[in-house]
Amino acid sequence: MPGDPILEAEGVSLRFGGVRALTDVSFAVRAGEVFSIIGPNGAGKTSMVNCVSGRYRPTEGRIRFEGQDITRLPTNRRAALGLGRTFQNLALFGHMSVLDNIMVGRHHLMGAGFLRGMVHWIGGARQEELRHRAAVEEIIDFLEIQHVRKAPAGTLSYGLRKRVELARAVALRPKLILLDEPMAGMNLEEKEDMARFILDLNQEWGMTVLMIEHDMGVVMDISHRVMVLDFGRRIAEGSPDEVMADPHVKKAYLGELDDEAA
Amino acid sequence: MNPCGDFRTSYAADMTIFPTRNSRLALFAGLLVLCCAPLVFGRYELSLLIQIGFLGIAALGLNILVGFTGQISIGHAAFFGFGAFSSAGFAGMGVPVALAIPLAGLVTAVVGLFFGLPAARLKGLYLAIATLAAQFILEDFFARARWFSGGVAGRVTENFTLFGFRFDREETYFYVVLAWVIIMFVMAANLMRSRDGRALIAVRDHYLSAEVMGINLAYYRTLSFGIASFYAGIGGALYAHYILFVSVEAFNILFSIQFLAMVIIGGLGSVMGSLMGAAFMVLMPEMVQSAAQALQGGAIDRALNLGNSLNFLREMAIGAAIILFLIFEPDGLARRWRLIKAYWKLYPYSH
Repeated sequence: MPGDPILEAEGVSLRFGGVRALTDVSFAVRAGEVFSIIGPNGAGKTSMVNCVSGRYRPTEGRIRFEGQDITRLPTNRRAALGLGRTFQNLALFGHMSVLDNIMVGRHHLMGAGFLRGMVHWIGGARQEELRHRAAVEEIIDFLEIQHVRKAPAGTLSYGLRKRVELARAVALRPKLILLDEPMAGMNLEEKEDMARFILDLNQEWGMTVLMIEHDMGVVMDISHRVMVLDFGRRIAEGSPDEVMADPHVKKAYLGELDDEAA
Repeated sequence: MNPCGDFRTSYAADMTIFPTRNSRLALFAGLLVLCCAPLVFGRYELSLLIQIGFLGIAALGLNILVGFTGQISIGHAAFFGFGAFSSAGFAGMGVPVALAIPLAGLVTAVVGLFFGLPAARLKGLYLAIATLAAQFILEDFFARARWFSGGVAGRVTENFTLFGFRFDREETYFYVVLAWVIIMFVMAANLMRSRDGRALIAVRDHYLSAEVMGINLAYYRTLSFGIASFYAGIGGALYAHYILFVSVEAFNILFSIQFLAMVIIGGLGSVMGSLMGAAFMVLMPEMVQSAAQALQGGAIDRALNLGNSLNFLREMAIGAAIILFLIFEPDGLARRWRLIKAYWKLYPYSH
C-alpha cells in the first residue's frame, strides 16, 4: 500500500553548541504508512520531529516534503503544506474550549480576516465559520470527545487532553501527521483507544503517520516501518520484525536478553 | 452554562453571542432603559455614563491586547491621547466630526501598528519597557508638535454634529457615545468568535503550538497592537468631542496605569468586563468621595483626626481595589457577574 516518499530527510545533523543531538540521519517516510521512531531517552527522536515541524533548523542536511525543500521554511507556513503535529508535553490552548482549540486547527483553511470577523454577518465570516464547524464536529465525533466540547481544554484529564490535541492536529487536514509520544502516561484502555484512532486516521482518513512512541507493543503492532535512533544516530530501519531482530537494536534499546525483548 | 432543556439544533444557534432568548431580551430591555437615561438622570450622572462609555471603549482595546493576546502595554493613554488630538485635528481641517472620529481611530491604529512592531520580537517585561518608550515618545511629541496638538496651550475642538443637529449637551452626546459603545463592543465580541480572534488567544495560551497550527506569530502580535490602538483612538476621539478641549497633561503614564487597572478589575480576557472595569474606575472615586463627605466632621473623622487626608482616600482606594482584586478575584468583575447570574438561575437551590 505505501507509495512514493512523502517526507525525506537527508543527512540531517543538529548541534546545540557542542552537543550533537542528531548526526547525519537520513530516512524516508512513504505516503500512506505508519512510520515510527524509537530509541532510548535522549536519542534525538523529538529533535528529529522538531526539525520536520520547524521548531529547529537542522545544522546540516535537508528535509523535503512532497519533493519541496522545507528545511528553512518558517514554521507557520508548514501547516498549509499538510504537516500537522502533536506535542510530547501537552500544548493545548488551556483557556479555550475544546471546540475552539480544534477550530484553531482550521486556521490555514479559513480566509476571513479580522475585518470580516468583526462584522460577522456581512462578508461571509459566518458562513465560513459554520462550514468549518461542521468539519470540526466530524472530528469530534470520530475521536469521541462530544461530551467535553464546551469545556475549557485546561480542565480536562490527561488522556482526554491528548485526544483533543490529536483532534486539533487532524483538523489541519494534514497529509503527514507527526505524533510525539501519543500514548505516554496512558492506561491500557486509553492506549488501545489511541492505537485504534491512529490506525483509523491512517487507513480511513488516508493520513501518513510519523510517530514517536516508547510502548514497544504498540509500535510493533501498528507500524509499517520503524527507525531506531541512539545517541542521535540511526542504527536501524525496517519492518518491526527486522528491527526487533537487529543485534544493534537489542543492545542499544531492548537490552541484551532476548526474553525481555518480547 | 445552558439552562435545562435548551438544546441547540444547529451550529448557528450554538454560535450566538447571547446564548438564550431571555438573555437577548434582557439585553434589549437594558438598552431601552439606557436610552431613557437622559430623561431620568441629571447632567452629572450622564457625564459619568459618558465617561464610562469612552473609557470602556479604550479599555476594551487594551483588553484585546493584554487579556486576549497576552501582551502588555503601559502606553495606552498615549494612544488614547493620539486619537483625541487627531480627531480634533481633523475637525479643525473641516472634516465633519462624525467622520473625524473613525478617521482618528484609523490613524491611531497605524501609529499603534508602528509602535507594536517590537512586539513581534519582544515579550513580557521587555515589551513592557518598549511600550513605556512609546508612552514617553508620544507624550513628548504632543508637547512639541504644535501643529498637531497646539503644544502646551492645548487644542480646542468642536461639538459632534450630524445633519445639522448639534450634540452639545450631556443629554444628546450620551446617545453618540452609546452608539459607539454598542458598535465597538459588538465588533469585539464578533472578533472573538472568529478565526483571527481565536488566533490571538492561541498566541496567548501557547505560542509554540499556535505556530504549528499555521499562525503567524509576528503578524498577530502586531495586529493586536493595531486593534488596541484603534479602540484607544476611538475612545480618545469621543473624549475630545465631549470635553471640547484637549491638552497634553491628561495623557500621562498614570492614566495608562488606570487603563490597566480597569482591565484587571473588569476581567482579563472578557469583552464585557472591560466596560465593567471602566464603570468601576469611574464610579469608585465618586463613591469614596461621597463617603468622605459623609464622614467629614463626623465622629470617626474627629477620632482619627483625618481632616484633609480624606481627599487622599480616593487614590488609596483605587490602589487598594487593585490589590484586593488581584488577590480575591483575579478574573475580575466579569467572573463575579457570571457567578451572580448562575446563582439566580439556580435560586433557591445552590445546585
